[in-house]
Amino acid sequence: MSVAEAPAPEALPEVHIVPPTPRLVKVLIGLGIFAVVVFGFFTPSGEDVTFQLALGEEALALPDLTLPAKISAIAFSAIALLAAVGGLFAARKERALWPYSTVFGIFFVLGFLSWAVAGSTINLVGLLQGSLLLAVPLVFGAMSGILCERAGVINIAIEGQLLTGAFMAAVVASLTQNAYLGLIAAPLGGLFIGLLLAVFAIKYWVDQVILGVVLNVLAVGLTSFFYGRLLAPNQETWNSPPTFSPIAIPVLSDIPIVGPILFNQNIVVYLMYIIVIVINVALFRTKWGLRVRAVGEHPQAADTVGIKVNSVRFRNVLLGGLVAGLGGAFFTVASVGAFGKEMTAGKGFIALAAVIFGRWKPMGALAAALFFGFADNLQSVLSIIGTPIPSEFMLMTPYLATLLAVAGLVGKVRAPAADGIPYKKS
Amino acid sequence: MTDATTVTQEQKPPSRVRTALSGTAGITFLSIVMALIIGAFFIAFSDPAVQDASSYFFAKPFDTLSAAWTSVVEAYKALLTGMLFNPDASSLVDALKPLSETITMATPLILGGLSVALAFRAGLFNIGAEGQIILGSIFAAYIGFQFSLPWFIHLPLAVLGAFIGGAIWGGIAGFLKAKTGAHEVITTIMLNWIAIYLVAWLLTKPAFLREGRQDPISPPVADSAEYPSIVDQWRVHAGIIVAILAAAAVAWLLDKSTLGFQFRAVGANANAARTAGMNVSRMYLLVMLIAGGLAGLAGSAQVLGTEKSLTGGISAGIGFDAITVALLGRANPWGVVAAGLLFGGLRAGGLNMQTATGTPIDIVLVIQALIVLFIAAPPLVRSVFRLPETGGAGFMQTAKGWNG
Repeated sequence: MSVAEAPAPEALPEVHIVPPTPRLVKVLIGLGIFAVVVFGFFTPSGEDVTFQLALGEEALALPDLTLPAKISAIAFSAIALLAAVGGLFAARKERALWPYSTVFGIFFVLGFLSWAVAGSTINLVGLLQGSLLLAVPLVFGAMSGILCERAGVINIAIEGQLLTGAFMAAVVASLTQNAYLGLIAAPLGGLFIGLLLAVFAIKYWVDQVILGVVLNVLAVGLTSFFYGRLLAPNQETWNSPPTFSPIAIPVLSDIPIVGPILFNQNIVVYLMYIIVIVINVALFRTKWGLRVRAVGEHPQAADTVGIKVNSVRFRNVLLGGLVAGLGGAFFTVASVGAFGKEMTAGKGFIALAAVIFGRWKPMGALAAALFFGFADNLQSVLSIIGTPIPSEFMLMTPYLATLLAVAGLVGKVRAPAADGIPYKKS
Repeated sequence: MTDATTVTQEQKPPSRVRTALSGTAGITFLSIVMALIIGAFFIAFSDPAVQDASSYFFAKPFDTLSAAWTSVVEAYKALLTGMLFNPDASSLVDALKPLSETITMATPLILGGLSVALAFRAGLFNIGAEGQIILGSIFAAYIGFQFSLPWFIHLPLAVLGAFIGGAIWGGIAGFLKAKTGAHEVITTIMLNWIAIYLVAWLLTKPAFLREGRQDPISPPVADSAEYPSIVDQWRVHAGIIVAILAAAAVAWLLDKSTLGFQFRAVGANANAARTAGMNVSRMYLLVMLIAGGLAGLAGSAQVLGTEKSLTGGISAGIGFDAITVALLGRANPWGVVAAGLLFGGLRAGGLNMQTATGTPIDIVLVIQALIVLFIAAPPLVRSVFRLPETGGAGFMQTAKGWNG
């Protein structure tokens, strides 16, 4: 990413004509030029690239798409560049940018894949299905972050909430041999950390960044301690949870490409769809959401009109804990089953990155989480195929992207105004 | 909102002991006690022997309690002997080996803690010690195994390299903060992970991978670049001297130098410092460079002293523990040394406890986190022990939001 973004400024002497060109458009155009040049130049000619468009089990399977790699790399990159230029005109007419950036994203990735996979085959449906799965804990974690931070409480403890959620899900599901009970227990794990966050941040005014860091240490310590003491020695009773299998939704799951990706997943993924929609609607279309946002932006004003600032914050932090805990269930009962020490492996921090990258908006965070999940899955798929890019650099993507985002490379990132500041009634 | 500020009713004045316990040092002490008590509950109730006894709790409740007591006493005894000294050893060197392990573990924690503490005093929260330690380790290791020089050049060069490596990583966060206002908490968290993958990648390259090895480990550093050991049978090395010198330097910097005054002024109130004519952006960059460098030195303690080669897990969570060390030490250099020794001792003792009693070392993390939680909330500790309110601004309660 850093390499990709670098040529943006000097590649564009002509965009100064119209004053308000968003940074994002400049960056996209820069990236588009970069894609055409680099992917076009470095893709070996004479190689083919094959995109599989079906998993092979669908009723209506699309045939494989085989293209000459060099030409498709240039063509896809050129379409991406055109979309970015389209965005430039859209920005001048003050129209929404997201359709252009979406098209840009899709074709940029296709151009990238033509280069990276040249001479080999990649299954796009499998790639996207896996990406969605890897994004699930990120989405839950990011929703937790949004619930807390929109109300003005910084949540760095997402990692810890995911971990305790995963732990509770595994233990309860193992003891009862019922994955659904594990799914119900998981939010309670996240709630525990959420409760500590709420009490210490709101009642005792402890710096919320410190608090988050400490709660993460506490979550790692507690879960690892009980793992070593109970789970590892008694794997059979304590750590062998049953797992969910995918549920195909009739009709919808038969749609080519989209069906298997979105509608042949397990229950946690469907819960994720519901939660994202509910949070998005609740935050921006209900009285509750207005109050939450008021408390996060201007608590004094909210207090003046009779909103109980600290109770709203308390409730939201607990709610955030529940949501992240539920996301933690993904690590155990919805994927590998058994709990492992520190198994969240930094996913909570990627979720935090998604909150920031998505500008504290549910849909933005969802998009960011999906992108990060995609980068993660692409990395593991490409490492099997064998590509020019070291997998470690692909794994860095979420962090680099967020670093560039907060540095203002893609426009100003602004948190809710009162985020992290305890409210003291004077 | 809290009732913490409500003054206790005019009863008889609290005793001197209780007033003292209510002060900063007292709260720290009581926080450690509370954390150990809670830790004891976890140890007791997760012990299989206690669980067996509790199955007939109502028939013989005393059995459960005595099993729990034994379990806790055994675990904490092992923790303590693993921290300080081994009473069963035949020679003095062996008897004091636990203490030497404590100091070995404390060395990088002190240096990392100083890094976090220094940034804290300038109003910045350096979550990035982990990444800075990794960068320092990379530089120190490369200089250490790549060159062969006389030791009086090689060792200082490798240590300097570690400082520079850490300073670069910290400096990126400082630069971004100064130029774009990007919050250092976010940037340092991201830089931690970038560093983790960077070292993982480097250790796949021939320049860093040890010959004939597939697992991520570098060639051993040359003897001439190693921190000399203090007693042959111990792992403790001259890194501890660097740590003590660094603490003295940070203390001098903060209390005696103009630059330190500016750091503290920016930390106390950046706007006021700006109004007074200080270049706040420059201070942000400088403090993050120095803080990063200190964390880099912690990396040198790992690579040139304890581990003697670069591995993927070289930072071993020290950067995160360093945050708790800095907080327990209340961002005061000598406080950090004491806190580093305590947490280093918990790490060393925890290992002994794990081998001797089977209590997982992770309980140490729980205790560490609880200590910091409690010292961050003095009103909680005071209400638990029914101590008088002594006033005094709460440390760690000066939150500034993401936009601040």
